[in-house]
Amino acid sequence: MQLMINGKPRSFEGPTFSVANLVASLNLEGKRLAIECNGEIVPRSQFASTQLLEGDQLEIVGAVGGG
Amino acid sequence: MSDLLKIADKTYQSRLLVGTGKYQDFAQTRAAIDASGAEIVTVAIRRTNIGQTAGEPSLLDFLPPEEFTYLPNTAGCYSADDAVRTLRLARELLDGHKLVKLEVLGDPNTLYPNMIETIAAAKVLVKDGFDVMVYCSDDPIIAKQLEDIGCCAVMPLASLIGSGMGILNPWNLQIIIANANIPVLVDAGVGTASDAAIAMELGCQGVLMNTAIAAARDPVLMASAMRKAVEAGREAYLAGRMPKKLYSASPSSPTAGLIA
Repeated sequence: MQLMINGKPRSFEGPTFSVANLVASLNLEGKRLAIECNGEIVPRSQFASTQLLEGDQLEIVGAVGGG
Repeated sequence: MSDLLKIADKTYQSRLLVGTGKYQDFAQTRAAIDASGAEIVTVAIRRTNIGQTAGEPSLLDFLPPEEFTYLPNTAGCYSADDAVRTLRLARELLDGHKLVKLEVLGDPNTLYPNMIETIAAAKVLVKDGFDVMVYCSDDPIIAKQLEDIGCCAVMPLASLIGSGMGILNPWNLQIIIANANIPVLVDAGVGTASDAAIAMELGCQGVLMNTAIAAARDPVLMASAMRKAVEAGREAYLAGRMPKKLYSASPSSPTAGLIA
C-alpha cells in the first residue's frame, strides 16, 4: 500500500493498516505528534481504529523551536 | 506588589514571552529561557522528521509542557487556511490546548503580516474556541477590529520580525494601548534591552521576542537583561514618569544656605 506522508510517497506491507500501525512502523511511538489524514485531524484516541487506504495523504507534525 | 499579566483568564508573573527558535542547541534554549524568567514560550508546528533515530532529543524534553505555557504559533503561514489548519494540529498535539499565537505573513522578504488573511483566520479560530493572541501591524484600526472579533491579546510589531530595529512608531503603539480593552504586547523588532523597557514604559502589558535573545553574542546574558528591562519598564510605567521639559529652574539641591 502506498501512502503520501509529509509530501513524500512511502510503501507499506499488508492490505489493512491503521494509523497506530503506521506510527509504530515509523518508530514514532511515544512521540508527541499530531496527524492529519486527507486534511482531517485523526485524534490520538482513534489511531488504532482509523484504517488507512491506498493513496491517503498524511501530515505528521510535532512542536519545534520557533518565535 | 501583585502585578500580574492576565491573558484569557490565566495570570502570569512574567511579562516577557520568548520564542524557542534560532538557538545553538536545546541546552542553550533552556538556559536562556530560564534566565529570561518567561512562563509563556512560543513553539512552531512542523512536519516530523520521518526516519529520525529513536530517542533523538526533542524541544519538549528540554521544555516540558508541564513547566511552561506553550504558545504554538503559525509562523511561516501565508494564508488564513494554513494558519487555522496549523493551530488545529497544535491543539491536538498539545492535548486540547487553546492559547495560540496567530501570525499570517504577507511577504517572505520583510515578513510583514498580511492583516486581511490574519483577520479571516482570527474569526474562524475564535469561533472554534481558541484563545487567540494575534500578531499584527501597528495599525490602531486593525488592532481594534481584532479585539472586536474576540482575540484575547493583540501583539503589534515594534519593527519587522528579526530586524532588531526597536520601536519605530511609539505613537501608534500608544493609540493602540489607549483604545484597547485587552492586553497589548509588542511582538517582533525588539533588538536590545532598552527597546523592551521602552515598550513597557509605553504601557504594553508584555513583550514577546526571540531573535533579540537568540542572536545576541551571549543569549543567556541577554535573556537576563531582557527580564530586567521588562520589569524596569513596567515599574517605570506604573510609577508614572516626570514630565519632560526643555529645562528646569528647579535644581534638586536647596537654593538657600549656599556659602558666601
